[in-house]
Amino acid sequence: MFRQARWEEPLVFQLGRKGRRGFLLPRLEEEIEALVGEFRLPEALRREIGPELPSLSEVEVIRHFTRLSHMSYGVDLGPVPLGSCTMKYNPKIAMRYAFHEKLSLLHPLAEEDLLQGLLELLHRLQGWLEAITGMDACSLHPAAGSQGELAGALMIRKYHQMRGELERDEIIVPDSAHGTNPATGTMAGFKVIEVPTAEDGNIDVEAIRASVGPRTAGIMATVPSTLGLFDERALEIAEIVHKAGGLVYHDGANLNGILGRTRPGDLGADIVHLNLHKTFSSPHGGGGPGAGPVCVKDREVVGGVRLPDLLPGFRVVKEGGSYRLRVPSSSVGFLRAWFGNIAPLVWAYVYIASMGAKGLREAGEIAVLNTNYFAHLITSRSKTYSIPYGAGRPRKHEVVISAQRLQEETGVTAEDLAKGLLDAGFYAPTIYFPLIVKEALMVEFTESETKENIDAYAARLLELEEKAFERPEELKDMPKNTAKTRMDNARANHPRSVTPSWRVKVLREKGVISGL
Amino acid sequence: MAHPWVPNSAEEVKREMMKALGIESIEELYSDIPSSVKMSPEEWDSLPVGFGRTLSEQEIRRHMDDLFAKVEELRTPPFMGGGVLPRYVPEAVRAIVTRSEFLTAYTPYQAEISQGLLQALFEYQSLMAELLEMEVVNSSMYDGSSALAEAFLMAMRVTGRKKFLVPETMNPRHRKVVETYLSAHGSVMEEVRVDRESGYLDLEDLGKKLEGAAAVYLEYPHYTGVVDVNAAAVGEMAHRAKALYVVGVEPVSMSILKPPGALGADIAVGEGQPLGLPLSYGGPYLGIFAIRWDRELVRQMPGRIVGLTTSRDGDEAFTLVLQTREQHIRRARATSNITTNEALMAIAAAAYMSLLGKEGLAELARHCWYKSHYAAKRLSEVIEAPLLKGDFVYEFVARLPKTAREVRRELLRKKGILVGIPLEGHAWFGERDLLIAVTEVHSKEDIDLLVSSVKEVL
Repeated sequence: MFRQARWEEPLVFQLGRKGRRGFLLPRLEEEIEALVGEFRLPEALRREIGPELPSLSEVEVIRHFTRLSHMSYGVDLGPVPLGSCTMKYNPKIAMRYAFHEKLSLLHPLAEEDLLQGLLELLHRLQGWLEAITGMDACSLHPAAGSQGELAGALMIRKYHQMRGELERDEIIVPDSAHGTNPATGTMAGFKVIEVPTAEDGNIDVEAIRASVGPRTAGIMATVPSTLGLFDERALEIAEIVHKAGGLVYHDGANLNGILGRTRPGDLGADIVHLNLHKTFSSPHGGGGPGAGPVCVKDREVVGGVRLPDLLPGFRVVKEGGSYRLRVPSSSVGFLRAWFGNIAPLVWAYVYIASMGAKGLREAGEIAVLNTNYFAHLITSRSKTYSIPYGAGRPRKHEVVISAQRLQEETGVTAEDLAKGLLDAGFYAPTIYFPLIVKEALMVEFTESETKENIDAYAARLLELEEKAFERPEELKDMPKNTAKTRMDNARANHPRSVTPSWRVKVLREKGVISGL
Repeated sequence: MAHPWVPNSAEEVKREMMKALGIESIEELYSDIPSSVKMSPEEWDSLPVGFGRTLSEQEIRRHMDDLFAKVEELRTPPFMGGGVLPRYVPEAVRAIVTRSEFLTAYTPYQAEISQGLLQALFEYQSLMAELLEMEVVNSSMYDGSSALAEAFLMAMRVTGRKKFLVPETMNPRHRKVVETYLSAHGSVMEEVRVDRESGYLDLEDLGKKLEGAAAVYLEYPHYTGVVDVNAAAVGEMAHRAKALYVVGVEPVSMSILKPPGALGADIAVGEGQPLGLPLSYGGPYLGIFAIRWDRELVRQMPGRIVGLTTSRDGDEAFTLVLQTREQHIRRARATSNITTNEALMAIAAAAYMSLLGKEGLAELARHCWYKSHYAAKRLSEVIEAPLLKGDFVYEFVARLPKTAREVRRELLRKKGILVGIPLEGHAWFGERDLLIAVTEVHSKEDIDLLVSSVKEVL
């Protein structure tokens, strides 16, 4: 039976004692003090009262964070089948290199000759990602999927600007898209046009036909979709958008579902971003860092300028036997100050190098098998759970279950089910997404999960379903086996009680600040 | 053969699952992909991806060791900053961020089972809030430059204005990133002059340009290393013109310098790398984003925020708060598209701040002040250093008798020392100007070696 640790661990501010220290600096040589004289700063600059930070020994710091880690849950503890998050196992061997000692003092402006081994790695990774996506050129620059998306959207914008088609200010986004797609559209200065999903789970092609026109800049399509379905008409959609003068952007977050069978570049995409922290096994780190390379087709923009010339950041190129960084000639620019997030890039490199093309294909196949096996366990045994859209179609990387009927008949919601899963020692799926599915539970096991765990996960969902009819109030009280019971979200967000830092708590108690 | 990272690739397991599904071949699960766009397994397997076969851990290790053997180690740590700083990473920080419960976790959407992760992020926000004297800190942006770009986009939403005033000596890489983010919004950056003697922002020039500005940005310290004595006055001027005051900080020096909260900053941003993160050739880093306690600012703030609340049992507990600003809820009307962030790096920074504590951080800042001043003083025996008269903590500009590029190349080639960032083409600086950084990772011997080497190559 699952019992998460329940340390009553105080905030770090409540630990330690005056005078304790967790770190010693090297001795400051006397000659330095002798030459420089007394430490001094102009009064206008001097901080009068030091920051209210605690004073802890190294022992206390390590114990504190280790205890906190006991109250966290990652892939190394059990299944984290968050749909569209592709929570794969993060191979341990990669850690040695992602945080390699030699990277500690490797300055981002160090001469390229000093880091040929790293550039060779990055250059090869670029090439592998090009082959995997069926695209012609990748940039490893974006720090995460959302930056990859932004790069993609800015490239679409620049493409039309360079062609003098400034009126193209609309970007088409299906209603099943991740929230980042429309948010990115706005950030890139586009008007977002939403199109619906048809009953078969594909994007509504007629709606696309009706939406395109002289103002169409492009489409942001997620293939496979957040419903876990391969869009059978992806190519047709690409043709419609191309014919209208727009570009086709693929959100590659769900690449795992087609790995080994088809590629964005074969499906009419001009631009695609990848999430190396999803498909290529880099860890999520509790929210980040990620890496969101963006790849393009070698398509003409205008007068000799081609899409690869618009890529963001640096490209690694091989010139006369050495590796060099080059900024593409018409780049949309930099999205972060330096090359990219090296640790997840190295991690992904190790993963791909280990698997090879065949290994990746087999990983994709097992991921898809896992999804469909799980979907089968649910649909063949459940009274109320359903899988909306595309009835009878095989799922890809993930499956979206609706608990709408269960909710209507028992009052038990997707959130209650999620909490019930936590109580069994499993992480919950993504819930209430995509928005077009009521009481959605979006499940993605990836290739990393064991059949035993998939069986147990399905059994737990079915057990909860049964319980919902018998004793629904028990589900409302879950979880009980986790470090804490359910949150008071009203209090968490109320302007009078919202507490985003210790400082706010202290200042509010002192009456220095009031509600928001 | 089954793969160690793919449990169900064991033939027996695979068969069982396929049998349950009533399929003969995995291929049936891909029946919806039209054959015109489908690759055969043979076609796919022959793609130039990896090394043509599965590699064992030992083979990978040999390969990776070979690659890393081609990353050179230098005689001294680099004397280079430019928005980041060489910093010693304590083993305790490394131990904490490699805890797999943190490393392999996702964003803590399920609060009850993620309390430790949430508390660690809340502590990052809270420690940073104290360091900056700002009330609300998000749980990270990608890096200092993208944090700044988001600050400008936020200032645009808050003020409805599109002009940004920045120092002419502004970090050129940050400027590029801001340009990218602003490019879609028809907004512009306008340079404010910087005094060539002191390195301080020219207040008279600022006054002339203030009208209609969405925000005034001050780097603190400046890219040149100079700490601007007029930092508070700049804020007052910005506020009189109803512009937001955005201050870009180096976090460790905030332990000895007047923090942005005391300078009247509305938004403080910065690169968090100096809080115990490896340089790692440019990332992953940590974008600091902080604001003062203000309803409208909070509403427009980008990024994830962890807050304190209570559980149903009445325990103190942590959860994600104010999520209605974010993309997964607000979609096209979100404050930003940011989703993945740099949470693990925020935990590293929290661990670092906890280890050093109130005294340790200030000691570290003073230690760096001493060493950089020692380096400047010793270098002044041979070259003009520091070129600007304003005070500094880590970095200073030096003027050489020869071109900076040449001297730098010689030092690397003959002595194995990496020093400085050439400033040619930046603001008014010329080809002989070099931005040099010194921190606690440089010993007196390292600095003395730098000085004697500079003497030799000049």
